[in-house]
Order: sequence, then structure tokens, then C-alpha cells
Amino acid sequence: MTARPVSDTTLVGGAPAAKRARETAFRVVLLLCLGVGLVALAALLVSVVLDGRARFGEDLWRRFPSPRPELAGARSAFFGTMWVIAATALLTVPIGVSAALYLEELAPSDRWYNRLVEVNIQNLAAVPSIVYGILGLAFVVRGPMSLGRVVLAAAVILSLLVLPTVIIASREALRAVPQSIRDGALALGATQLQTVSRQVLPAAVPGIATGVILALSRAIGEAAPLLMVGALTFLTFNPSGLDSAFTVLPVQIFNWVSRPQAEFHVLAAATIVMLLLMLLVMNGAAIWVRNKFGKRW
Amino acid sequence: MTAVVPSGLPTRGSLGARHPRYGERAVVFGLFLCAAISVLTTMAIVLALVPPTIDFFGKVSIGEFLTGTKWSPLFANPRFGVLPLVTGTMVTTACALVVCVPVGLGSAIYLSEYARTHTRHVIKPALELLAGIPTVVYGYFALEVVGPIVQRLWPFGDRPGTFSALSAGLVMGVMIIPTVGSLSEDAMEAVPGGLREGAYALGSTRRQVAARVVVPAALSGIVASFVLAISRAVGETMIVLIAAGGQPNLAFNPGEAMQTMTAFIGAAGIGDQPTGSTGYKTIFAVGSLLFVATFVMNLVSIRIVRRFREIYE
Repeated sequence: MTARPVSDTTLVGGAPAAKRARETAFRVVLLLCLGVGLVALAALLVSVVLDGRARFGEDLWRRFPSPRPELAGARSAFFGTMWVIAATALLTVPIGVSAALYLEELAPSDRWYNRLVEVNIQNLAAVPSIVYGILGLAFVVRGPMSLGRVVLAAAVILSLLVLPTVIIASREALRAVPQSIRDGALALGATQLQTVSRQVLPAAVPGIATGVILALSRAIGEAAPLLMVGALTFLTFNPSGLDSAFTVLPVQIFNWVSRPQAEFHVLAAATIVMLLLMLLVMNGAAIWVRNKFGKRW
Repeated sequence: MTAVVPSGLPTRGSLGARHPRYGERAVVFGLFLCAAISVLTTMAIVLALVPPTIDFFGKVSIGEFLTGTKWSPLFANPRFGVLPLVTGTMVTTACALVVCVPVGLGSAIYLSEYARTHTRHVIKPALELLAGIPTVVYGYFALEVVGPIVQRLWPFGDRPGTFSALSAGLVMGVMIIPTVGSLSEDAMEAVPGGLREGAYALGSTRRQVAARVVVPAALSGIVASFVLAISRAVGETMIVLIAAGGQPNLAFNPGEAMQTMTAFIGAAGIGDQPTGSTGYKTIFAVGSLLFVATFVMNLVSIRIVRRFREIYE
């Protein structure tokens, strides 16, 4: 037993026991708060895996959706997700990185139109995803672009949705490149664009790649805007091109969850495990890229 | 002017480029266009929302829309009072805030003021995983796991059914924990160490430093994170679409099934309304309401950070 110095009481004042109890109580409350989040995460993962375990297997990849739950699988949704994400990446990466290069390296920030673009990107990042769905319904599926309910329409909408995230992440990666690299290149007589394209951009690629992968993993999980642009949920073929009808994993999951039969809920859980595995692979890739190629200056 | 130029040296007076580089200017302009796409997106959203909304209000009076208490736009005898959707949104948002405000703030205080560095490096990413989980997955969780628990533990009278605003709202709150947690923690980390040390020197305990010095000093960032949390809860679609039930319901009892603005838009969107029908236009009218509400909250949140930030140093 350790004896506490008597002076403790006199120095701190008040009743130390009561005070210490309050300190401990506060710390316990904080730990409980932290616990709620972590327990909820664990409960979610465990319950999904336990519920879906029965149907998680080869058949889930091999079979198409079916009105009979025991015959149904998520093949078309899996390939649909692959198509949509690949097309989204092809659209969003060049545009997002170009925009980030312009805003971070080339734009005179005192011009009103550059500030307008910046504020705008901040605001767009917080617009609810269903609003992008409305935009897609009005302009992409019908209206001016009239693409119909196809892979390309979904990719356009998801690109617009994740573009702010891609731009913000790419700008951070560019900002992390030290100024001395730019100064060195400019001092050797490179033009501003040569400096950016041959020195700054290559140095920032690992950071940009990490940000892009994380943004795309957000796009993979989106269901609401794709419901609006009409991802079908009963599709017995894989997409064959950008102009092909499609469904994606989150929309397929939503469809199965909203059916009354319990067997479809099991199927939904198994498909959720599939979706979470894809996200795990993507996040793992992002971490790997950062550790393997990322530089610390 | 005839300046004497030593022979053999170039006569150029400036260090600028010898030829204008049109190619470079074209590339820079191309990059600018990419950045401008974001502005075009915002304009497109407004252009997509406004004309059908004006059309809609040509058929339905604004008074009926904003004060009517019955919402059944897709039925044979349509009623266009948006209040049930608004109260549904408010109730689910309130349930979400009950979870994410205390939990997010408490986690942020612990991570910023109590946790050791390596504990923080493990727990913070784990908490942020919550933000990376797709919303359909939360919807499933709300319906299959939280719903039955809520039914079993419901303390007052009539038990909630399978669908309730409460289970959807609670799970939505879990989803938003990282939003509140990360932003509040950033704000607390930005409070200079000198303030803490001063408080300790005056005999404060850790709790007093956290609750009476750090939190007040970081209040602008914390409040901004709350506003952003409200905006995210109002805009969330899939969880409420799956777990809150589909009936527009003018009620304040979170145990009842309700429909939110976002859930209506989602449900009507699935229904494939023919272009130009009133049902199609209601999507845009409700969408405008939603867009304006979240837009204002985002601006408020950005403003709060700018206006009330305590500048140290």
C-alpha cells in the first residue's frame, strides 16, 4: 500500500476522494463513448458475417438473381459493380487530377473565379448523394444527355459525386511535395508546366493514388443515386458494354433486404460480405500504395 | 533610345520567355476547364431542380405544400402536404443526434486529451472505418439487428413494429460518429498546449482542463461538426429507406414508422414516374427542399468555423 502525502489535501483543496471519484467517472464516461462506436462496428461486422455465412460461397458469384432465393446469386451485380467502377475511375481520375493540378499549382488564387471554384467544391462535397441521383434522372438518363438506364449514366453520376473527394485528396498530395523541388526545376530553366508535369506530379502520384482508391471505395458503396438512375435489380446477364443495362451490389442488396422473405435477407447478408471484402481489398491496396511508394520529405 | 550594348551579348532586356507559349496556355486552359466542371455541376443541379419545381408549384399551391398535413402524391386522390416528410426527417435526425453528438464528442475528448499516442493511432482509424461502411449495410443492420433490440427494450406501451424511425435514426447516428469525432478532435488538437499547461499550473485536474479549457476553446469547430452531422442525417437515404418504413406519418413518436424527404425521393425514383407527370415533379419539389436545407446548413457550418474561430498565436 502506498501512503499518500498529507499535503495532497492541503495543496489541491476540497475533498480529494470525491474529486478523484469525479475524475474517474469522467474518464469512464469518455471510454464508454468510445466503446459505443467500436462495439457498434464489431456488432455490425459480426452479425453480417453470421447471417450471411450460410449463403456465402461459390454460388453467390456463379448465379444470377432469381425469384427463388435458393437459386439466386449476385453474379450480374458483381460484374455490374466492376463495370461501373472502372468507367467511373476512367472518367473521374483525369478530370479530378487535372482540376487539382490547376487549383493547387497554376491558379492565381486571388482571382474571383478561382475562389468560386474552391468554395463550390467544398459545398459540393456535402451535397446529399440522392440529389446527384435527381440530377442524373433529369439530365443524364432523360433530358439533355438521354443516355438511358445504362452503365455509362451510372458512371457519369458517380464521377460527379466523388469528384470533389478526388480533387481534395489530390490537392493534399500535391501540397505535400516540398517547394524546393519546384524551385530547383524552375531554377534550371523549366517552364511552370514542365515543372508540374515532370517533377511535382510524379512525386505526388502515390498520395493521389491513395486518395483516388478511397474515393472509389465510396462510390462502390453508393446505392441511392443509382436507384434514381434506374439500376435494375433482376438482371440475368452481365453488362456487355457502357450502353448496357446493369445492376450493382448495393442496389441488389437493397432489393433483397426490402423483400419480406427471410431467405432473401440471408442472401443480402452474404452479398454484403462480398461488398465488404471488395472494400477491404481496395482499402488494403490504398494502404499498400502509401507504404510502398509514399515518400516522406 | 540607343543604349550601348557590349557586342556578343544578346540584346534581350527581360528574363521572360522568348516566344509566347501558346501550347502551355492551351494546356492550362484545359486544366481550368476540368476545375470548372464543379461549378457546372452545381449549376446543373440547380437547373435540374428549379424548372420542374416551378411547374409543380403551378399545380399545387406553396401554402398547401408547406402547411398540408397529408402526403399522398402518387395516389389516385393526391395530397401534397410535405409536413409529414419534414417531421419524419426531423425525428430520425433527432434520434441520430442523440447518438452521434455525445458519442462523437466523448470519443474526441478521450482521443485528444486522454489517449496515448499509439492508442490513438490504433483507435482512430478503427472509428473511421464506420464512415467507410456503405449505407445499405447500415440499413440492413438497422432492420435486422437494431430493430428487434428496439422492439424488445421499448419501455412504453405499444411496441414499435419492424420498421421504426428510432432504429433507423440510431443507426444513422452510429454512421455519423466519425464525422463529429474527427472534426471535433481536429479542433481540440488545434488548441495550443500553453492553455492546457496554464490550467494545470493553476491546479486543474485533467477533467477540468478538458471540460473547462479545451472544449470551450475548440467550441467553434465542435459546433460546426454538429451542424455538419445534422446535414448528413437529413441527407441520408438508404438507412431510412430500408428501416424507417414507407408511410408518410405526421407524428413525433420515434417508435412509429415514418417516411423522410430522402426516402420519398428514393421510393418515387424506383417507381419510374413518367417524365412530366405530377408524380415526377414532386421528386424535384421535395429535392429542392432537401437541397436548400442541406446547402444552408453546410454554409452555416463553414461560416461558424470562419467567424468564431479563436485565433491563437
